[in-house]
Amino acid sequence: TYLGYTSGVDKRKVTIIPGDGIGPEITSSVMGVFQAAKVPIEWEVFDISGGQPISQELVASISRNKVALKGPLYTNILSGAQSRNMELRKALDLYAHVIPCKKIPGITVRHSDVTVDLVVIRENTQGEYSGLEQTLVPGVVQSLKIITKEASTRIAHYAFQYAKANGRKKVTCIHKANIQKMTDGLFLETCKQVAKEYPEITFDAMIIDNCCMQLVMKPEQFDVMVTPNLYGNLVTNVGAALIGGPGLAAGANVGERAAIFEMGAHHVAADIAGQDKVNPTGLLFASSMMLKHMQLNDYAEKIENAVNKVISEKKILTADMGGNASTKEFTRAVIDTIVQN
Amino acid sequence: MKQGQQQDVIKVKVTLIPGDGIGPEISDAVKIIFAAAKAPIEWETVNVNAQTGVSDEVIASIHRNKVGLKGPLGTPIGTGHQSLNLALRKTFNLYANVRPCLSIPGFKTRYDDVNTVVIRENTEGEYSGIENMPVKGVAQSIKVITKEASARVANYAFQYALANNRQKVTCVHKANIMKQSDGLFVKTCREVSTRYPTIKYEEMVVDNNCMQLVLNPSKLDVMVLPNLYGDIVSDLCAGLIGGLGLTPSGNIGENGAAIFEAVHGTAPDIAGQGKANPTALLLSGIMMLRHLGFNEHAQRIESAILTTIAEGKATTKDLGGNSGTKDFTDAVISKL
Ligand SMILES: Nc1ncnc2c1ncn2[C@@H]1O[C@H](COP(=O)(O)OP(=O)(O)OP(=O)(O)O)[C@@H](O)[C@H]1O
Ligand SMILES: Nc1ncnc2c1ncn2[C@@H]1O[C@H](COP(=O)(O)OP(=O)(O)OP(=O)(O)O)[C@@H](O)[C@H]1O
Ligand SMILES: [Mg+2]
Ligand SMILES: [Mg+2]
Repeated sequence: TYLGYTSGVDKRKVTIIPGDGIGPEITSSVMGVFQAAKVPIEWEVFDISGGQPISQELVASISRNKVALKGPLYTNILSGAQSRNMELRKALDLYAHVIPCKKIPGITVRHSDVTVDLVVIRENTQGEYSGLEQTLVPGVVQSLKIITKEASTRIAHYAFQYAKANGRKKVTCIHKANIQKMTDGLFLETCKQVAKEYPEITFDAMIIDNCCMQLVMKPEQFDVMVTPNLYGNLVTNVGAALIGGPGLAAGANVGERAAIFEMGAHHVAADIAGQDKVNPTGLLFASSMMLKHMQLNDYAEKIENAVNKVISEKKILTADMGGNASTKEFTRAVIDTIVQN
Repeated sequence: MKQGQQQDVIKVKVTLIPGDGIGPEISDAVKIIFAAAKAPIEWETVNVNAQTGVSDEVIASIHRNKVGLKGPLGTPIGTGHQSLNLALRKTFNLYANVRPCLSIPGFKTRYDDVNTVVIRENTEGEYSGIENMPVKGVAQSIKVITKEASARVANYAFQYALANNRQKVTCVHKANIMKQSDGLFVKTCREVSTRYPTIKYEEMVVDNNCMQLVLNPSKLDVMVLPNLYGDIVSDLCAGLIGGLGLTPSGNIGENGAAIFEAVHGTAPDIAGQGKANPTALLLSGIMMLRHLGFNEHAQRIESAILTTIAEGKATTKDLGGNSGTKDFTDAVISKL
């Protein structure tokens, strides 16, 4: 439903973080499209590119607005601060990362002969991303992976609730409990128990290495997948590749208090940043997920339909989709479609 | 050739561990085909399974022979048993797991451009086996990365690249999140790479690596990875070329020991039904023959297998055919 927001009146605020690398290009594409679609929101822009810390104002803004749209934030390897992407998710307790991977008509993929329509629900707060590491003696480093019953229960419920609400039939738990018997074992056991509360949804489990193989061989077997943190990161990148690449998948980080929407495969793409080459589709779809979350369904659909129309016409596509249009040209085509309809 | 001469060929004794599940079936196929090809191998069969564990007999045999071929061993989920694969790896310090994936000519998949080699650190990382539950409902597992093990596997990766005419080694990691542990792995690979100026070196975050492999596998050549990523990425590569029925591997140890095995598991769903595809274990056997310097036998058996698969008349179900293990084996032998 629509909640009665009309343009100009009672505009809701949305926090936007352009981010690093391709972030500014894809977020400005979304902002342009929102303007053309007359989406009744107002942006609160927080530029924290170039390694700037996450300010209290930023966290307060998202807490207040409840929704944010975000480009990728770059994290140094080896040295430097912890991932700010993670920091934001932890600060706001955005425990569920939801990444739908569904093939888009008009995009040529290797897996053209099968259906790809899966949703990854990734535990977003713990696991391998605990940040607990130390050098025991020079040349020996340990890193802790933490899995709790509480967080596992919460993400498992989220996955089943998501399945129910979206007419999905099956939830598959992805794990490595044959090796990590305690941590992944706890995750798997918890999912099994939670599954009993949802008899109408089929439940099964798969080991992460086999899962990656199955994904490239028979992606049609997957429906909703629930995973610990790191496996979710890998599975979503495979999922994005199955539907045509990192430019196409959307994602949402969801918690009880707020939600941040971003690309499904989260990369700063330094190799093409600033060249007007990047594909903004994933973030446009993420913005449409956001609008649905805000119950602005009409606007969500308007944008989604326009993007789908431009892609299926195959005339104005960015390089990763097999065309030679720029980010701006692609965005312009989406805007023209919206304005014409 | 005089008859006496052929009998004079000295056979090399090799330890054979048939393993669990489909292991015995596919091991039989290897024995039959290698015998038909007159490969100068004498099998010393020892049994390892979930009940026996790794016995002294097995260890003595591998110590003696230095080389082994092994079927899959099951890992019971959720019981207290340590993985038997893990026990073997630890006993013989099998530090590098080598997993080549090559698109098989004539066997149609969505990918005909895969030619990658995963070199997986095999002794530490996420497989340390150190786990506990400090309070109820909170479990932790410890990943251990050492400079020593990282340097050892990195060196092996570059040596492998040199010996096999490979152009590039990619270090795959997640050092943006695990800055210290994966960071140490990356730093060490970087250091080692400077000693091999003729081999190109690059680094890639593991999620991006998974994505690139699915989008465009021809961009990747030799990859060197910590334990868990190696496990996952090699299965993904196997998926690209048509599944676990096709991927061999070798485990290289510090003191010259080497155990070759299929990447796939025990396949309990089809065990004992005569349906298993023995190709992965056969190709592992071929890696073993090359390791022992029997290049001609390796070549001959390999081309018999590849032709059989390319013809597609006697392939197993996992490759889209409807033959069993035996028919496939017979078809390979008829090509020899
Ligand atoms: N929206 C997009 N449109 C087109 N290509 C993209 C997009 N996002 C990412 N890519 C491509 O995906 C690849 C992976 O991106 P990137 O190099 O940023 O990944 P990474 O190694 O994980 O590093 P990072 O820490 O930046 O995430 C790059 O080649 C990049 O160009
Ligand atoms: N040699 C083979 N021939 C045909 N199918 C196989 C073969 N090896 C594995 N498979 C199939 O691949 C899938 C995965 O099996 P596999 O046993 O490798 O995985 P797993 O569940 O990890 O087992 P394990 O715990 O023993 O490693 C199964 O459906 C199995 O039947
Ligand atoms: Mg990334
Ligand atoms: Mg495996």
